[in-house]
Amino acid sequence: MDTVLQDIVLGNSDEIVKKWINEVEKNSVHKYSLTISEELFDSTNREFVNVIFVSVQNQGSKDDLKDFAERIINFGWPLNYLTEGMQAFRRVTTNFIIERSETLDAERFKQVLESVDEWVDPIVNFLVSEYSGSWESTVSLQKVALQELSAPLIPVMDGITVMPLIGTIDTERAKLIMENLLEGAIKHNAEVVLIDITGVPVVDTMVAHHIIQAAEAVRLVGSTCILVGIRPEIAQTIVNLGIDLSKFPTKSSLRKGFQSALEITDRAVVNLKDKGNEMENMIDSLNKG
Amino acid sequence: MNNQSCIPIKKEWDIVGARQYGRDIAKNLGFGSVDQARIATAISELARNIYLYAQKGKICFDIVEGVNKKGIKIVAIDEGPGIEEISKVMEDGYTTSGGLGAGLPGIKRLMDDFDIISEVGKGTEITVVKWLR
Repeated sequence: MDTVLQDIVLGNSDEIVKKWINEVEKNSVHKYSLTISEELFDSTNREFVNVIFVSVQNQGSKDDLKDFAERIINFGWPLNYLTEGMQAFRRVTTNFIIERSETLDAERFKQVLESVDEWVDPIVNFLVSEYSGSWESTVSLQKVALQELSAPLIPVMDGITVMPLIGTIDTERAKLIMENLLEGAIKHNAEVVLIDITGVPVVDTMVAHHIIQAAEAVRLVGSTCILVGIRPEIAQTIVNLGIDLSKFPTKSSLRKGFQSALEITDRAVVNLKDKGNEMENMIDSLNKG
Repeated sequence: MNNQSCIPIKKEWDIVGARQYGRDIAKNLGFGSVDQARIATAISELARNIYLYAQKGKICFDIVEGVNKKGIKIVAIDEGPGIEEISKVMEDGYTTSGGLGAGLPGIKRLMDDFDIISEVGKGTEITVVKWLR
């Protein structure tokens, strides 16, 4: 650490800050002005440059930087605002020190570059890793959330379970569907399993293939699989593709599928109120007789 | 011709991006929901073929104008292993991957125009067009 250079930079911080702000504003006039108000941009710039100076001053301490990075990530500032800001700082500082230097030979020049790099690079690395860390954690959280949503199995009544599918089916999800379907069919002792594809946007040959395989596997464990929620446009594309779904029953809606499931399990939906009336009628007719 | 744009296919999720993009173009052109589903399905098949057999490639979209008609042109380009016997892959039920074997003949039935150029070891280019009626 070259303390002489550090003193030059810290001693003239006002001037460097002014130059840096000019540089940053020049670079980003068109980029951010649409989405971010001028005051916010100014105040963020000031905060940013203060954080840089604090970090140059006490090497190693990154508390302020961490706070700043957290806030700026939360606001959703683009990462290139930070990297461009650091590049501007590097340019401005190097120029500033070189302009101040009386002797400028190769050795001195090298020294200046090295020192500035020593200040700038750790900050850049830190900011980039904070950013990518926050992205990574978001992505992995979403992945987990998606997986939780991916293949739920709902036992609606004794012997009847429903698996509603929503969204795109990829290979990984298809595997999960198969596993959950079979596991659930056995666990809930399901006689009929309804697969609802109302929410699946596109049924191509791969999706159809996986559904056929799942249905076949369900048949092997002794249950019946009914494919429900086939929208008209999906029915047409399936016919165009030439996919044979004749091996297992299909229905246009979950309601119709559920009705056939009830029939298969020898049950029916009975309206209690009507039944009451029927009884009354019967009693009435007996009384009359 | 205008509005040409390509979507690279490298990951399985790129398939979703490509068909979403194609569906949007089809919707803007005025295709009905059934044709939108047909186009999206065809893109899905094309993109999946690239992903399965060539690992990477791209899907290009174009709006074409004929006499008194407009349509969407989709070109799937890869530099994969190529197809040895094109007549065979156009048969229903022929598959090398354990799938249903309905992909290419299915695409042909879903779309209006279908053209395939393939050279073993060099790659495959499939061009399909759906006309707006």
